[in-house]
Amino acid sequence: MNSVILHALTRLFFAAMLIFSIFILLRGHNEPGGGFIGGLAGASAYAVVTMAFGAHVAQRWLIIHPVVLCGVGLVCAILSGLPPLMGMGGSFLTHLWWIGEIGGVELHLGTTLLFDIGVYFVVVGGVLSMLFRLYDTGEEEAGW
Amino acid sequence: MILLYAITVGAVMAAGVYMMLDRNVFRIMLGLALVATGVNLIIFLAGRLGPVDPAIISTGTYALMEGAANPLPQALVLTAIVIGFSLTALACVLAYEATRTLGTLDADAMTAARDEGDPFGSEPAETR
Amino acid sequence: MTDLLVILPLLVPLTAAALCGLFWLRPSAQRVVTVIGMAALLACAVALVLAVRENGIMATQPGAWAAPFGISIVADPLSVLLVLAASILAMAVAVFSFRDVGMNELRGGFFPLFNGLVLGVNGSFLTGDVFNMYVWFEVMLVCAVGLLVVRRGGVNLDGAVKYAALNLFGTILFLMGVAFLYGAAGTLNIADLAVILPELGASTGITVALAFFLLALAVKAGLFPLFFWLPISYHTPPAAISAIFAGLLTKVGIYATIRIVTLIFGAQAADLTTVLTIVAALTMLVGALCAAAQSDIRRMLVFLIMSGMGYLLMGIAIGTTEAVSASIFYLFHDIVVKGAMFLLAGAVFFAGGTYDLRQAGGLVRSHPVLAGVFIFAGLSLAGLPLFSGFWAKVLIIGAAMDGAAYWLAAAALVAGFLNLYCVAKIWMEAFWKAAPEGVDIAARPKLPLVVMAPVTGLVLVSTAIGLWPQPLIETADAAGEILMNPPLYSEGVIQAVIEGTEDVTDPVVEEGEQ
Repeated sequence: MNSVILHALTRLFFAAMLIFSIFILLRGHNEPGGGFIGGLAGASAYAVVTMAFGAHVAQRWLIIHPVVLCGVGLVCAILSGLPPLMGMGGSFLTHLWWIGEIGGVELHLGTTLLFDIGVYFVVVGGVLSMLFRLYDTGEEEAGW
Repeated sequence: MILLYAITVGAVMAAGVYMMLDRNVFRIMLGLALVATGVNLIIFLAGRLGPVDPAIISTGTYALMEGAANPLPQALVLTAIVIGFSLTALACVLAYEATRTLGTLDADAMTAARDEGDPFGSEPAETR
Repeated sequence: MTDLLVILPLLVPLTAAALCGLFWLRPSAQRVVTVIGMAALLACAVALVLAVRENGIMATQPGAWAAPFGISIVADPLSVLLVLAASILAMAVAVFSFRDVGMNELRGGFFPLFNGLVLGVNGSFLTGDVFNMYVWFEVMLVCAVGLLVVRRGGVNLDGAVKYAALNLFGTILFLMGVAFLYGAAGTLNIADLAVILPELGASTGITVALAFFLLALAVKAGLFPLFFWLPISYHTPPAAISAIFAGLLTKVGIYATIRIVTLIFGAQAADLTTVLTIVAALTMLVGALCAAAQSDIRRMLVFLIMSGMGYLLMGIAIGTTEAVSASIFYLFHDIVVKGAMFLLAGAVFFAGGTYDLRQAGGLVRSHPVLAGVFIFAGLSLAGLPLFSGFWAKVLIIGAAMDGAAYWLAAAALVAGFLNLYCVAKIWMEAFWKAAPEGVDIAARPKLPLVVMAPVTGLVLVSTAIGLWPQPLIETADAAGEILMNPPLYSEGVIQAVIEGTEDVTDPVVEEGEQ
């Protein structure tokens, strides 16, 4: 898309949306948010780049192939469920918690966080693999 | 309230079924998405309307408060919405690719699979 | 330990799918991962069958969410038998795909989708929750649509669009049934439902729910008259994919029908005998008649799948414990043999270069081993002695006679003869008949081991069951017994869940204390 405004603002938008998506991901612990919706927000950050510069640039910014990202996410999600099976008690996906303080800030960390990060990656990867494919073919046909 | 809700569900379903009866593949897919939305509303109704407070267990307590909404239908609907989202996306990609390859959006004109190996076709099936 | 064993048939294909995603850019690595994964799955399935034979029902609650609010994963004899059959077929298909699935299909994502499909199928078999079953149906649907289009031709896309639209409609109907069931019973846990529904008695909500379930599963299982998506989609993908579809997808539909009609609805479903009988008879007869008219091997086999569905439904329609057990035995046999037949169709294509019977011929001279394996598989499908199909048909027709369903037994026999005719037709046309003029038999390609080993393996499984059916019959009887006595199932699940959670501290309470 040849819009000067879009081109100029894309970097800004991209950074803002990506940070916001991570914020949504992390806030999902006790409040609305989480991996799925954060992942959608993250994917839309890349969708803006795709609209402005094309799928190839967005792919370069993503660094790894979207399907590989899906695989990484799935592996994270599986790993988050494994500790209980490794003799720590409970069934698959029973989440374990670690509550502590670092620098005066109380932290609640659990294997759910790893699970949510996994979901985040799967959603970003899944949406983008579809989006890139559609955008690639559309570009060729319309001759942009 | 329940009557109004039922009429709304009926309207959504009717619109979905009407679109599904179209021959345009995209409309069929959108119709399916609409019917799925209608079903989500039914699940919600199945959990009974009434209590409206958020189903959140506040700090220090171990059970839901009086007047809290039934959390299970919410979980079911949320799951169904997420699945519906991914299926609608998949269906749209599929319809788009099919249209590009087959050159038509008309479900009746898409006969490639039906003709493959048809014993009553004029020519023997092509070998790939 | 039981937790791990019950969850492994899901965890293994999921991990394989994740690793295939990681190796997206290196298809050869995906191949290795998948074959190792399927071998591990087969080992887990065997271990699970042995464990369940010894201990009875096993169950686990993922995430330690207590039943009936959390989801139970339940391994009862029916589930584990089908997981075993699915693993056998998946292993065969994974090996067969070495030859059948080329680079283009690999780039289309064959292996991740294949593993995802196996995950969805195992999930549907093992879940103890109706809503969760819907979720697994959707997992299967997404992967199946993806597999239909890994070879991107017009034919494949056309088949996939229709498959997706009609099956999506089917799962939506299923979800509708879930909604009504939840409204009427207030729970979706199968163990819970099996106790609560008989107490509730008949009500409009429950009847409507049952109607939606049956309609949805009739679509999924390709029963008459809702089978139209079957013959326009199953024959379009490569043979390996057709085989996994033929062996597993429609069978999951019939599995869910067995589970829901007998275990959950039991008494309410007794009124349906007439309808189910008519549908079963028409499905097997129409399927067999349509198959007899075909000239393309794959299309013929697709209609034979449909015919087999009629036999499977027959046991449910008769409704005695004996008949349901016979259906379960038939289901195991059908998964192995229908999968083998599609793989053989692929092998015929590699050897003769065509799926069209009019252009094929002379394979018995160029590929005698393939001809031998094919006739074994065909006779098993048609139900002749020595093979698993014989016992399957004997058990189911015997159950029909005992249940005084004479018309159904007659229909089954007629359909059986038509099945035999179809198999004989493929054999005569593709193998026995002289090769068409101008075809040099000596120039036909030799079949590699990765093609012959899986089909031979599947046929050997069928022969082994035919020669030594007792263990399978015993397990199928145990499965039927549990299905017809819902309290047995519920108590088994509750017992298993209690045993599994005895040493577990409640994570929520733990967090609260700190």
